[in-house]
Amino acid sequence: MQPFTVHKGKVVGIDRANIDTDQIIPKQFLKRIERTGFGKFLFYDWRYLDGQILNPHFELNRPENEGATILVANENFGCGSSREHAPWALQDYGFQAVVAPSFADIFYNNCLKNGLLPIRLAKHDVEYLLHKSKRADYELTISLEEQRIYDESGFNRTFEIDSYRKQLLLKGWDEIDLTFMYESYIEEYEKKTLVI
Amino acid sequence: MKPKTIIEKVWEHHVVYREAGKPDLLYIDLHLVHEVTSPQAFEGLRQKGRKVRRPDLTFATMDHNVPTVNRFVIEDEIARNQIAALEKNCREFSIPLADLHSSEQGIVHVIGPELGLTQPGKTIVCGDSHTSTHGAFGALAFGIGTSEVEHVLATQTLWQQRPKTLEIRINGRLSDGVTAKDVILAIIHQYGVDVGTGYIIEFTGDVIRQMSMEERMTICNMSIEAGARAGLISPDDTTFEYLRGRKYAPKGEDFEKAVEQWQMLATDEGATYDRTLEIDAASIAPMVTWGTTPGMSAPINGKVPYPEDFADETEQKAVQLALQYMGLEPGTPISEMKIQHVFIGSCTNSRISDLRAAAEIVKGKRVAPGVRALVVPGSQEVKRRAEEEGLAQIFIEAGFEWRDSGCSMCLGMNPDIVPEGEHCASTSNRNFEGRQGKGARTHLVSPKMAAAAAIYGRFVDIRKLQAESIGERR
Ligand code: SF4
Repeated sequence: MQPFTVHKGKVVGIDRANIDTDQIIPKQFLKRIERTGFGKFLFYDWRYLDGQILNPHFELNRPENEGATILVANENFGCGSSREHAPWALQDYGFQAVVAPSFADIFYNNCLKNGLLPIRLAKHDVEYLLHKSKRADYELTISLEEQRIYDESGFNRTFEIDSYRKQLLLKGWDEIDLTFMYESYIEEYEKKTLVI
Repeated sequence: MKPKTIIEKVWEHHVVYREAGKPDLLYIDLHLVHEVTSPQAFEGLRQKGRKVRRPDLTFATMDHNVPTVNRFVIEDEIARNQIAALEKNCREFSIPLADLHSSEQGIVHVIGPELGLTQPGKTIVCGDSHTSTHGAFGALAFGIGTSEVEHVLATQTLWQQRPKTLEIRINGRLSDGVTAKDVILAIIHQYGVDVGTGYIIEFTGDVIRQMSMEERMTICNMSIEAGARAGLISPDDTTFEYLRGRKYAPKGEDFEKAVEQWQMLATDEGATYDRTLEIDAASIAPMVTWGTTPGMSAPINGKVPYPEDFADETEQKAVQLALQYMGLEPGTPISEMKIQHVFIGSCTNSRISDLRAAAEIVKGKRVAPGVRALVVPGSQEVKRRAEEEGLAQIFIEAGFEWRDSGCSMCLGMNPDIVPEGEHCASTSNRNFEGRQGKGARTHLVSPKMAAAAAIYGRFVDIRKLQAESIGERR
């Protein structure tokens, strides 16, 4: 996993609630056995007309949103299936962070495991960002160390993140390596509870 | 001792390591694996030269990609690769696999309980959000992503932040014709698709106690549609009797000993939850979804709402988009919504009791002209039983297609899809845009409601049907 420290990037907003993982990456693309290459299928049914031509009305396709790295959306983002292909696709497309008033639990976790930062902000802050993101060159800066997200015209908020997850993200650590440091506890547990 | 909920009991029992400021490291008793969310996890193990710590606590099957007409001819090359990858991975890492030739194959959440792998008090995970189904047995069961699949394969543990607890109590008695599916749809309708976010739900109350294991599974299955990663039910005699004699359940004296342990799991009198919600069973009618989230539903005698019926602006917009996608006019009575497809199947409602309930409605009738109707049993075992009991014959004579087991039209990752713009009465759990195929319009209902929709080509109130057929018999 790549460490996440400070990121500054262009913002794109999709003003919808309950964007589910079937929408983020439709199931026909789950059949691959690799982890990469999902970006071109991100939001497939919204992004393409007839699967080939770009839908000019979809937010990601507007020329001014090209190269956006921060996605802002409404409540309950990432609900539905547990497919990790959803964060893989967002990341592969180029997103580094997703901002919403709330996230589905499994999706939220899956993001953290892949170094894609999910940020919960109050609903009115998200509304504000959705509004601002209509400007072509709107950018936000995220400092994970300070747990802060801000722009250059005075928007400045802190956000919550579990301190343990934060450390893993800052350092870009592999969680399995970390768990192996506790192997003696696992062995002990297995002996004690006779899961043998 | 302080009274505890089953959630706390199971959690505490599985803590391998705890330190302030960190999630708990939890031991996993059963890891279920399927072909879609596992290939990248096995690949990760291989790249780092890691082993599967406990292949004996791991069990795999194939369900999502499997064709339900001729399972051995998988046209789609990438799907075929994924199935082949699972076979190879299971062989290489010595993981038991119910493959396409196995009499035990089926949807992962159907076969776990059927084989007795699912047991009270276990921690159960699977790279699939409907793992919550197994909570019906008093197990702590939740869906995980592929990175977590890899983590469990390598370590048999997971780092987990302890969620809050939510009790949903279902009081009173259900009316005739109202099923477990209607109960969970009504809960989600009343409290919203994110009521469970950050919680584990325990379902309690008289209605739950009277339910069979299969009905309880339907309820827990859709906990995730209420936003909760896990939903469970304290085990009781119904649970133990279901498990007696199952292949992987303890046998003889061991079984009696296990029951003694399991009995201690139920939530103690006086235990408290972070939040409690109640619902009156008598107020629940057969439900039909009209929109694109499982919360967008109405009772069969209701109407498709107007966006203006909702106070919140985001919600108004969501309703507008949903109606547009579904091609529905606000104000349309639910019973006038027409359907062209019927799907009876999925891990929510493809067990033997679901098929019995549907067959009861279908018996002696014909599928309406212009309707294509499918019955897809949840497992090969369910299929065999339904054939023995004559249910398959009832469906076939009525004009249903009788299929092999798999996820099928629940998510259309296999050849079974609903064509663009057409409506499907479906016993599955998700009505998201494109879930059953691009542009497909899904209406979630119970097996009885789906069966009746097949006969009439639109939604009908099965409470009236049942009353009529009782009248006829007299
Ligand atoms: S039946 Fe549907 S919901 Fe259940 S595991 Fe299969 S695809 Fe998922």
